[in-house]
Amino acid sequence: MLRLEPRPQPSRALSLLSPLLALAVTVAVGVLLFALLGKDPLRALQMFFVEPVKSLYALSELSVKATPLVLIALGLALCFRANVWNIGAEGQFVLGAIAAGWVALQAGPEPAWLGRGIVIAILVAGVLGGMLWAAIVALLRERFNANEILVSLMLVYVAILLLSYLVYGPWKDPKGYNFPQTIVFDAVTKLPRLAPRLRANVGSLIALLCVAATWVFMFRLYRGFALQVGGLAPLAARYAGFSAGGALWTSLLISGGLAGLAGAIETIGPLGQLTPHVPVGYGFAAIIVAFVGRLHPVGIVFSAVLMSMFYIGGELAQSRMGLPKALTGVFQGLLLFALLACDTLIHYRVRFGADRFAR
Amino acid sequence: MEPLALLVAATLNAGTVLAIAGLGLLINERAGIVNLGAEGIMLVAAIAGFATAVHSGSDLLAFAAGAAAGALLAAAFGWLVIWLNTNQYATGLALALFGVGFSAFVGLSYTQATLGQRARFVLPWLSDLPFVGVALFRQHPMVYAAMALAALIAWFLYRTRSGLVLRAVGESPESAHALGFPVRRIRLAAVCAGGALCGLAGAYLSVVYSPLWMEGMVAGKGWIALALTTFSTWRPARVLLGAYLFGGVTMLQFHLQGQGVDVSSHLLSMLPYLATIVVLVLISRNAAFIKANMPASIGKPFHPGA
Repeated sequence: MLRLEPRPQPSRALSLLSPLLALAVTVAVGVLLFALLGKDPLRALQMFFVEPVKSLYALSELSVKATPLVLIALGLALCFRANVWNIGAEGQFVLGAIAAGWVALQAGPEPAWLGRGIVIAILVAGVLGGMLWAAIVALLRERFNANEILVSLMLVYVAILLLSYLVYGPWKDPKGYNFPQTIVFDAVTKLPRLAPRLRANVGSLIALLCVAATWVFMFRLYRGFALQVGGLAPLAARYAGFSAGGALWTSLLISGGLAGLAGAIETIGPLGQLTPHVPVGYGFAAIIVAFVGRLHPVGIVFSAVLMSMFYIGGELAQSRMGLPKALTGVFQGLLLFALLACDTLIHYRVRFGADRFAR
Repeated sequence: MEPLALLVAATLNAGTVLAIAGLGLLINERAGIVNLGAEGIMLVAAIAGFATAVHSGSDLLAFAAGAAAGALLAAAFGWLVIWLNTNQYATGLALALFGVGFSAFVGLSYTQATLGQRARFVLPWLSDLPFVGVALFRQHPMVYAAMALAALIAWFLYRTRSGLVLRAVGESPESAHALGFPVRRIRLAAVCAGGALCGLAGAYLSVVYSPLWMEGMVAGKGWIALALTTFSTWRPARVLLGAYLFGGVTMLQFHLQGQGVDVSSHLLSMLPYLATIVVLVLISRNAAFIKANMPASIGKPFHPGA
């Protein structure tokens, strides 16, 4: 009989090892699944783990996918550390995209007085859009005690429908053959690329700056410390005089802002216009990224790259091997499941033998 | 009168999905477990039920398949949160995300599939009554079953010894454990029962209510069902009431579109989600009231002997 025995101290080594263990479990299940589907597992694994990092072009594509994941996951990590369950990042991402799109639409064909400065204005608008959506959650939580999980999630649906309303209605491109999409934004709004012929853009650099900033906030600033105490031990935080409302607002505004920034970068980076297909689930995948990255800014970079490999691998497996793209979602969910199970090992030792208390 | 009667009938039908899932989640939460994976469970059960209906042609088998799929997923969730003490919220989210991906993957070959002629249900004599006949007595049996289920669960929770034990486990697992009750097994049983009901709701959605399979077709109903448990302050009859309220809001949106109201369908589709937020705000406003009604151990892990 297996039983769990609490460790006196959580194991640091296993905390870092657990994501790798979870990845191993996910890959094992994947190999089994590919074999069941009658596909060559080795070739499938190659699609997921070799092809996405094979060339400069592939790496550039990887960075395009990883950028929004890193940004959103950073904010979520902060929220989860503060014990604020913001799971509506997808909605905050969409609102960021809408706000960014609104500013981008104002850029006429003739050079506006802002010039390239409009890119900054668009990014700021994205941040504000995401913050606004998260602020609703914070307000209803603080003022009316409404569960943040459900409110933030309901707002995802509202945001997606708002986007649909805009691109099917008032913002529809009049010359777009009635397709639900805005005009392609003016070239002046385009996010600068890192190299010609590659889609990688300065968004990745912004994301890395945010990683550093989040690290400083989490581990070097008083405010970040107070926020985490509130998450770990609410009573201790109250005794120390740390405001619970302050932690709620700070974590939600930062995470909403980062998700909105990701939406803006996506809008004027790879997309260049708004369509109903702006939300592709980055906000939900980022939840997994945050946990797999151990809610640590540096860990998040690694896990976001891994998750991007899942995305690109899924696309390649579809186009080259005829495997359904939906596999990506299966693996993402499995990875989080496996991680949570493996995380048990951080706090407990597995013992063999009868358990006197088990019932 | 006729359109109104049809609106009432449609409301009851739409509310049934939410009611069954909400009652399942109520059982979970009465035992102290929050299952945020309801949306994922309903999706997987929806495709399990739909596929079964396509291949077997039997709705009953389809419901059984949906319930079984739900119970199975819930058991995996339960094992993680009850025995491995993983965080309930994170594990539930994992289930929700997994369910979205897995159902999309399994359902690929069923997106074009259709079910045969759907049976029509008409209660003899009663259905000929003016107004109420159309409004109440031409429903799928599951609509009445959901009402009976609410009564049954209320009776179980408040009138049977097992129900008392279940509530004790949810209020104070430590005390229940000290009295010698197998807390973890009771919680697992509650989680599986709740998962089976969520699964039944998912199968009803894809086999009877829609009836078709579409990726992500549950469209937040699992989350709304979770909100229902708070709305009901954990009482079965109020879950039913809340479910019909939300069913009504959903139907109102179609009704308004049918009446040619000049508002974008995208904006009208926001109604159920906005209504959920409004209702949550109204109910939760009084924190002390919620706290007094909420099962005390909700969301907290229990480790015997620790």
